[in-house]
Amino acid sequence: MAELITYRDAVARGLAQEMRHDETVHFIGEDVAAAGGVFKATKGLLEEFGPERVRDTPISEEAILGAAMGAAMTGIRPVAEIMFSDFLATCWDLVAVEIPKTRYMTDGQISLPLVIRTANGGGLRFGAQHSQAVENWAMSIPGLKVVAPSNPKDVIGLLAAAIRDPDPVLFFEQKSLYPTKGEVPDGEIVDELGVATTVRQGSDVTIVALASMVRRAVEAADELDSLGISAEVIDLRSLVPLDTNTIIESVKRTTRMITVEENPRLCGWGAEIVSIVAEECIWHIDGPLTRVTTPHIPLPSADALEDEFLPSVERIVAAAQKVVQ
Amino acid sequence: MSATTKSAPEQGTDHDADDATPATGDDAEAATADASADGHLDDVVRLGLYEQVVRIRTFEERAYRLFMEGLVKGTSHLSLGMEAIAAGFGEAMRADDYTFCTYRGHAHTLARGTDMGGVMAELLGRATGVCGGKGGSMHLTSVEHGAMGSYAIIGAHLPIANGAAWSAQIRGTGQVAVCFFGDGTTNIGAFHEALNLAKVWDLPVVFVCENNLYMEYTAIGDVTAVEHPAADRASAYGLPSIIVDGNDPEAVYEVATEAIARARAGEGPSLIEAKTYRHGGHSRADPGTYRPAEEVEAWLERDPMPTYRARLQETGITEERLEEIEARAQSDVDAATEFAKSSPVPELQAAYTNVWADGGSSWRN
Repeated sequence: MAELITYRDAVARGLAQEMRHDETVHFIGEDVAAAGGVFKATKGLLEEFGPERVRDTPISEEAILGAAMGAAMTGIRPVAEIMFSDFLATCWDLVAVEIPKTRYMTDGQISLPLVIRTANGGGLRFGAQHSQAVENWAMSIPGLKVVAPSNPKDVIGLLAAAIRDPDPVLFFEQKSLYPTKGEVPDGEIVDELGVATTVRQGSDVTIVALASMVRRAVEAADELDSLGISAEVIDLRSLVPLDTNTIIESVKRTTRMITVEENPRLCGWGAEIVSIVAEECIWHIDGPLTRVTTPHIPLPSADALEDEFLPSVERIVAAAQKVVQ
Repeated sequence: MSATTKSAPEQGTDHDADDATPATGDDAEAATADASADGHLDDVVRLGLYEQVVRIRTFEERAYRLFMEGLVKGTSHLSLGMEAIAAGFGEAMRADDYTFCTYRGHAHTLARGTDMGGVMAELLGRATGVCGGKGGSMHLTSVEHGAMGSYAIIGAHLPIANGAAWSAQIRGTGQVAVCFFGDGTTNIGAFHEALNLAKVWDLPVVFVCENNLYMEYTAIGDVTAVEHPAADRASAYGLPSIIVDGNDPEAVYEVATEAIARARAGEGPSLIEAKTYRHGGHSRADPGTYRPAEEVEAWLERDPMPTYRARLQETGITEERLEEIEARAQSDVDAATEFAKSSPVPELQAAYTNVWADGGSSWRN
């Protein structure tokens, strides 16, 4: 059996699944308990698991991640929510300097099995300080795993995999996806980190996308079909570990690739993937390796502007047409 | 060494008679039983404190020499002059309590009983170091001794110590986290975030500000709105204001014992400001010339090692016992130095290990 649930409800279901599975899993964050989260993605958890395991915190991001880190090194599996991914900047020391380096600097004495969940990206007219797609910030730090699901089933399965993972995982939920629905099978779902999914098969061009860009890439592929272009769409699902095998295998077949990123242009994850493909299979390539990104600007608030500058189906179609010419 | 002094409460003179109900744990005993009939701490505790001070002093002096000889690279931040704080807490803590300290953390790491050879080898960048040469002077860690890391970003470890305390609270183990930091930390946000959360969640954590009057090169008083940078902030977070002479090992031990007992009993966090002074500059590169000569002079008079030595002698500890402790420290530091110098440097391959829990560093397939 399967049911249709929202991306938002999948977050609560994934957390509940793991809190039932393992009593050392504890969940903290701002407004996550009594209020059920500002996006209502954690509704019902307080009621089921009680205030010991589902705790509201002050607006103190360093205190939140510090609590998660100290607990993770001493036998707890914490999940910490940072309400908006933009706020990661207020606790960047923990994210970039403490959590990812501690295992290494202690030569393996300390393990940090923790998950930082955060609402990432644009599309909700929140303006430049509540809409950034910052997964590429995280990707540049050795020692952090970086996951970004595109659909409800993956939210549950990848969240479970992240919580069970022995390493720190930054889990980006794309906030414009919260109301979107998808089919989810009954029972426990536990996925695997570092495995990309080919969500649509094609033979002329490979479109590599992440999170909210996956839906747009699939829509673009449908449109390309009617234009006589067969596009394959890969949902990366995690940036670290990165499933380069799936990308390279696909690109060798299609001989062309575009990446679709929500983050601003410079040093986006697509650049890394283009560089890997260029280094490892350039002789199979028949068209320019192309990146579709948000321009290198802060994301504007007005809907007319935001819609124009996030990568759109039209821009993906246009980019694909250009590379197959 | 810690292990022997931890049994000191058993030798206390009067707590069984005073207390009809059995002690509930080590903490209850430690909180009540160390004073001997004549009002002094038990001699075993006092000798333990002196031994901690001497070992740290001897180690730090050797570390400084090895820096000067070019055997230790990078930087180092010594606790010369500040040994009594790590010593007092080291003796007051239970073996399974957690220590979080800063880049000035040789003292606190050693005070938990961490192998001196492993610490020295880490300073020398050797494979046998406590962190395999990947941590260095600023990141000494020995989890098996409860030394949960030395953190080199100001303020970072206060929230992390909260996390370990929260975990102890969840698991119901009675463990306490003790978090050491400098005066400069009191003006960074993490300090304030951590104190608030610690109190709100009633965490078993003890924050210890080692106020040595200078952040790095700038006097803390020049950039802080209140006189006592930690203690004067305590009330903002519902904590009592506690100031202790950080150069008096016994005073530190007593205040540590009380704060740890409170934390262990579920009575929440404490913030202690220990007044002290570093004999040298901030780091190896700093001669400390910004400090007035009279001030340095006055604090050298209060050097915890000779002053405590004299006090122990005045109160009945024989010269022979003190010399025995000093000789043991010297020979331990000699052996640690020899061990470190003769240890191999890490294999190049070690740079690729332990990024991840699988032991490796791979980020792709």
